[in-house]
Amino acid sequence: MAKYNDHLGRPIVAVTGIGVVTSLGVGKADNWAALTSGRSGIHKITRFPVEHLNTTIAGTVDFLPSSNKGASALTFELAERSGREAIAEAGLDTENFGGPLFLASPPVELDWHDRFALYLDGKEGSATDRLFTVARNLPSLDIFETSQFGSIAARLADEFGTRGLPITLSTACASGATAIQLGVEAIRRGECERALSIGADGSATAEALIRFSLLSALSTQNDVPEKASKPFSKDRDGFVLAEGSAALVLESLESAVARGATVLGILQGCGEKSDDFHRTRSKPDGSPAIGAVRAALADAGLGEDGIDYVNAHGTSTPENDKMEHLSLSTVFGERMRATPISSNKSMIGHTLSAAGAIEAAFSLLTMREGVIPPTINYDNADPAIELDVVPNKKREAQVSTVLSNSFGFGGQNTCLVMAREPV
Amino acid sequence: MSAHDVVITGIGLVSSLGEGTDAHWQKLTATDAAPTVDAERYSPYSVHPLPEIDWGLQIAKRGDQRQMETWQRLGTYTAGLALDDAGIKTDEALCATMDMVVAAGGGERDGTVDNAILEASETRNDRDVLLNEKLTTELRPTLFLAQLSNLLAGNISIVHKVTGSSRTFMGEEGAGVSAVDTAAARIRSGQSTHVLVGGAFQTEHPDMLLGYELGGYLHRGPWKPVWQREGGEGGGVVSGSGAAFLVLESREHAEARGARIYATLGPVVSDLTRRRKQDLGEAIAGLLDKTNLPANGQLLAMSGASGAHAATKAEKAALERNPQLVARAFGTLTGHMKEAQFPFAVALAALAVNRKAGYPAFDAANEKAYEGTPRSVLATAIGYHYFEGLALVGAPD
Repeated sequence: MAKYNDHLGRPIVAVTGIGVVTSLGVGKADNWAALTSGRSGIHKITRFPVEHLNTTIAGTVDFLPSSNKGASALTFELAERSGREAIAEAGLDTENFGGPLFLASPPVELDWHDRFALYLDGKEGSATDRLFTVARNLPSLDIFETSQFGSIAARLADEFGTRGLPITLSTACASGATAIQLGVEAIRRGECERALSIGADGSATAEALIRFSLLSALSTQNDVPEKASKPFSKDRDGFVLAEGSAALVLESLESAVARGATVLGILQGCGEKSDDFHRTRSKPDGSPAIGAVRAALADAGLGEDGIDYVNAHGTSTPENDKMEHLSLSTVFGERMRATPISSNKSMIGHTLSAAGAIEAAFSLLTMREGVIPPTINYDNADPAIELDVVPNKKREAQVSTVLSNSFGFGGQNTCLVMAREPV
Repeated sequence: MSAHDVVITGIGLVSSLGEGTDAHWQKLTATDAAPTVDAERYSPYSVHPLPEIDWGLQIAKRGDQRQMETWQRLGTYTAGLALDDAGIKTDEALCATMDMVVAAGGGERDGTVDNAILEASETRNDRDVLLNEKLTTELRPTLFLAQLSNLLAGNISIVHKVTGSSRTFMGEEGAGVSAVDTAAARIRSGQSTHVLVGGAFQTEHPDMLLGYELGGYLHRGPWKPVWQREGGEGGGVVSGSGAAFLVLESREHAEARGARIYATLGPVVSDLTRRRKQDLGEAIAGLLDKTNLPANGQLLAMSGASGAHAATKAEKAALERNPQLVARAFGTLTGHMKEAQFPFAVALAALAVNRKAGYPAFDAANEKAYEGTPRSVLATAIGYHYFEGLALVGAPD
């Protein structure tokens, strides 16, 4: 059955379910409508006070029941919402998914509100003694669960009936793409017929904002929040912290066809290459990102002429956008000038651990709908970056293949190649 | 035997017992093996502290050392030991094509800043504003990176030039299990030829202990061996600082470069047992059934049991149900090393196979004698709260 195997003889991996939540709304329909009309989800922060902060805007998800209950609760709810949408669309049992779970989510830490509460409940001794005395007498495991790195995935595994030990992973801002890659690889190795890959991030706390701010990574263009994220523009000054999630049901094409599922797209190739240059900066020659793009093309069995559209990492930081342009123009040469590329982050901000998954979801919708979402806020082109960024307005186009880039702190570079139809 | 068999060709170990395979083998096979315990610093909790480490031996640049807190330094150092042991460390080409899967939690927060905020919170009602005020002015800008989970792998890339691919798995003991499992699966399928896999845990920070104690899991009072903590004060876990990294290779790749093969890595099985609804002991027995245990003779089981009452009791029962199994809970001597626990268990299993000898009982009252030459050794990590994993390590030939 050659048509179910790819150019390397591995099972072809189809996408049969997609779920999305961002600051633009819950679900694919709302998100896609907003994204293609060029609407931004970036707004002034109301979740916590912004006194003393240089950045006072974000793309937080403020409309869920867990939005004010801490990073752990919100990350779980985001993952749960998108996971449910994806499994339902795939026509599978939302309580008995029957494949492994790969979750990209932020590293957990004790929420400050819990830390304050523990401390203030204590009576004697040093701050540390007080925390411990209260901790060991807690009546429930609620706070404990928020401090365990595997607990969100364990809850999701319970709820969706995924199989085996769930994997929680972090490759920083490439995490969402890595979660998809792990699912693709598990299916290709024949370990399972389907996998659930989710990227979720509800960790936009004050401390997270401050940490990125101290690294000078965030935009401080607070005055008009929806204009702050301006990938590839000359006056870009940093990313906008954001939240969201996306889930993909990945399935061997053979299994999808056999059960009559609608194939929403093909996960054709994955590539990665790590960078040993610096903790936050890329190697000046861009070689690791270049290597990741090339590895993804090779894995997909495509040449340099094989990509119709690039869903950019496009964070709107001076460094990323410059390096991404360098990498892409090195791989694709002159062809890159004529290849449309846009950044979803211009509208939804940088959803960190979720970004790779959300942008893969939007890449699949781009092919399916024949519409490329724009890069908004592109009013002042960076002359050093000559790209067709699909400025400000959506574009109708037949897109058969997409390259989606994800680059993260710690030298993480992961690229996905998706196709509309199996080759 | 096949070309894509997974073999172990490098081991890096650090624990309170010392560093390196020789030091661990000597300490763990001594008849009077005694743990190094610090019962004072975090009283009423005991910890097994890190030994003295000359970081410069594996992390040459002081600038790199300064960019990491102890947890990342420990992992990066131990990864270097494993690469050295495998004869890969100075081979740039091999490092550049090497894949990596790291099991990680998080790094150390700045306790001084945190405690100052807590103390100030007693006289302030606007605690969120207080947070902004203190964190914006008192946090060291690069501390975030020194804490970030995937930056252990990031630092290994920077310091040791391991740059094939880099994934970080999170989730306590389960992260270590999945890391080893995924690395082995990549090799078996021909996706990778050589992989660095492991984890580190630095327990000597209040937050690292709090991570257990929020669930009431820590043992209090005088130190006891892992199997003897049932009924004692507290939850049964005594943690330890330590790290374990392995170099896994396809047999073909290892033989082609003439590498020393410690052992083969056989099946890795794992699960997430719904412990509230399902009997954990039976679940572990079910996993043992899937591990293809050899039919005859004693089988050494390097148990990663944490001491946590319910999980340890269930594991003991499951291991005892099979009269063939001879358990060695190494946590008695090293403490519980969370994400590093499973890689550590696999490493100790590989050492026994390689040195053709078992370990004496670490707790003679609860562990049977082992006689003979181990050709297979089991490694376990049954999570203190959730996640279960087993692996069978075998002789190289």
